[in-house]
Amino acid sequence: MPDSHAASVPHAHHHGHDSHAGHAGHAVAHQFDDAEQQFGAATLGMWIFLLTEVMFFGAILAAYAIYFVTYVDPFEDASNHLSLALGALNTVILLTSSLTMARAVHAAQTADARTQVRWLVRTLALGAAFLVIKAFEYGSKFEEGLVPGIGFRYDGPGAAQHELFLSFYFALTGLHALHMIIGIGVLLVLVWMARRGRFSAAYFTPVEMSGLYWHFVDLVWIFLFPMLYLLGRH
Amino acid sequence: MTDSHGHGGGHGHGHGAPQSFWRAYIFSVDHKVIGIQYLITSLLFLLIGFLMAVLIRYQLSTPAPGDDFNPENLGLIRGMLAGIFGENNMPYGFMAPEFYNQLGAMHGTIMIFLGVVPLGVAAFGNYVLPLQIGADDMAFPRLNMMSYWVYFVGGIVMLASFMAPGGAAQSGWTSYAPLSVAAPAGQTWWLIGMVIIITSSLFGAINFVVTTLNLRAKGMTLGRMPVFVWAQLVTAVLLLIAFPVLEAGALLQLLDRVAGTSFYIPKDMMYGGAVFPAAGGGNPLLWQHLFWFLAHPEVYVLLLPAMGIVAEIIATNTRKPLFGYKELVGSMILIGALSFVVWAHHMFVSGMRTSLANLFVTTTLTISVPSVAILTCLLLSLRGGQIRYNTPMLFALAFLPMFGIGGLTGLPLGFAPTDLYLHDTYYVIGHFHYVVAPGSLVALMGATYYWFPKMFGRRMNETLGKVHFWATVIPMNFIFFPMLIQGMWGMQRRLADPTLQWHNMDVQGWSTVILWGAAVMMLGQIPFLFNFFWSIWNGEKVGENPWDATTLEWACPSPPPHGNFAAPPEVFRGPYEYSVPGHPSDYWPQDEAA
Repeated sequence: MPDSHAASVPHAHHHGHDSHAGHAGHAVAHQFDDAEQQFGAATLGMWIFLLTEVMFFGAILAAYAIYFVTYVDPFEDASNHLSLALGALNTVILLTSSLTMARAVHAAQTADARTQVRWLVRTLALGAAFLVIKAFEYGSKFEEGLVPGIGFRYDGPGAAQHELFLSFYFALTGLHALHMIIGIGVLLVLVWMARRGRFSAAYFTPVEMSGLYWHFVDLVWIFLFPMLYLLGRH
Repeated sequence: MTDSHGHGGGHGHGHGAPQSFWRAYIFSVDHKVIGIQYLITSLLFLLIGFLMAVLIRYQLSTPAPGDDFNPENLGLIRGMLAGIFGENNMPYGFMAPEFYNQLGAMHGTIMIFLGVVPLGVAAFGNYVLPLQIGADDMAFPRLNMMSYWVYFVGGIVMLASFMAPGGAAQSGWTSYAPLSVAAPAGQTWWLIGMVIIITSSLFGAINFVVTTLNLRAKGMTLGRMPVFVWAQLVTAVLLLIAFPVLEAGALLQLLDRVAGTSFYIPKDMMYGGAVFPAAGGGNPLLWQHLFWFLAHPEVYVLLLPAMGIVAEIIATNTRKPLFGYKELVGSMILIGALSFVVWAHHMFVSGMRTSLANLFVTTTLTISVPSVAILTCLLLSLRGGQIRYNTPMLFALAFLPMFGIGGLTGLPLGFAPTDLYLHDTYYVIGHFHYVVAPGSLVALMGATYYWFPKMFGRRMNETLGKVHFWATVIPMNFIFFPMLIQGMWGMQRRLADPTLQWHNMDVQGWSTVILWGAAVMMLGQIPFLFNFFWSIWNGEKVGENPWDATTLEWACPSPPPHGNFAAPPEVFRGPYEYSVPGHPSDYWPQDEAA
């Protein structure tokens, strides 16, 4: 990490190093005055990144909403292709993983490395469980011939709109799953860092930032589940 | 945000410490090196895009073989063109319509996304913004480096798409569906390239916002920031909000092309005499909305940095404070906000309810108010100044009337009734080129001369600079003004051979004028290219503050070392304290203690 100085190297031209409890004692990159400012920059950067994610998912959800009000009946019918039970189960799993992620952030600040790792691994396992269930859901769509573009076999009334609905289903849940996979990769790195005792009450920025990301990805699902699974159930 | 924390290995780049060649110049995390990398790369892309435009104009001046055509003796130029681009693309040196479409689409894409935006935002923003706010570097230096290299890869993908089967993207820079969905493979490359370029821009924009908000020097309040910094901040916010929407739209178009979905394909669409093989049910208008939701703010992404640059150059070279600093900054923020509610004025001919069109006419006219306010402030800033007519100032002065023409010719396009007539004509081409080329690009050329001494510690040659100025700005008007005339006459854009339409023949002659303008302008860039590279090593050496300017980038060595400032600067006053009564010199730097 060449763009940073070790904390112990005094910085000739930076004055007024007030050590704020919570972020002191860790290496401060040369462009920051102190660890507090560095933490503030990381947090602001993360929230701005999440803003771009809101606009990204928001654009597709808006497109979906416009097609939904255009094709209310076929979309409500098509929603019944999805498995309410598996979708609901995944919702519970993800909400629980948000809880364990929050515990992991807390543990990074307060607890020993073993406890940190334990909560991170639980979050990881829940995320993986979500993806496994999602894979089974996708698999059954393949078997039922409900995958747009490759052998879409449903030919009831409004078949084209059914296919459009399922296109949105795969695009939205696929992009969400991609975010989950990235999140799991991030968690693996965090586990590795936690085992090496990187986190403490003085420094837990990566866990906090990853936590924001994980909660955001959960939040996306909280929008996807009702908008995709709960239309016109019959 | 792993960039924000460092651990271990705090060595190897102490201020002035030696670095390997790769670390110092190629994979550098220093905002100044990254800025210069962006500068050179974007100038290269501008040159490529410009040469494409010259080819297009050559085709349009004589679009089809005339009576004197002799296939045995094509002449020097046509023979060369046929040889270089092959019999498929340029048979007998005349452009095949498919190749014309490729050049049109790629000229727009390259100029906007790989040329002007990276130059105005990434090159000058990266170099100057941290200096002007008194920061050591960007908040996330490694993210900054990634931003450049991702941009580089995106540019390579775009250029390489010419080698795709069927050639590069050919559905315009707007890539309107459903034509783009049915187009050959180059369109897929275009979409992938766009997603990569968007990712790069988002990395950069996150950095700009966090740096501006978190890393300002002591005393640098928001109200003391130079106008250029404000322009970059508003621009970055626009990119952050608008670009993810196009990214989403591009991914959906990619799915339509490769996964057989129908997000943009209507049911039972006929294409090439047969039903298009897709389920349908989608709507092509969705793409236009997603695209223009990005692309209208994008217009201001092209423009706002230019306005900021002109403000800096004018303040320095009139030796007086800018007229209406608060009004300038307020107008920029207002433009940023309004730019998100005007997008559908690009779609008046796409089929739109009259009441909705009225709404967008109203918002479009509203956004012209802050634009005019900015132009007025800049114009009034000249009044009573002791103007130094150096090269950067000439470019800044030329920006004012040129952007004025660009803005005023936009009004008839903002009104739905007149837009219906003008929309598909060369008038639109003339209008937006006036905004971007004689407007933004001229300002960016001025910025190159203005900040060159800071970047390289040497000045560019003034005489060559003035030759470049006149040989650029005059021919530009011979290129773009005739387009306005042709357009009002009804000449349609997007045609490889406009002479196929009889009504175009009356104004076809102007295309010869345009070609000569383009040729002179091409020659006019030679002194610039020579001056640029010659001056890096041989220009007149300068000190910290060659222009006697007040802002913080002039308070550190030229070029600044890694880490920029010898001591952390402290700011005591606003950015443009020129000719303050009672002060011994006619400029009062922001960091000079009272």
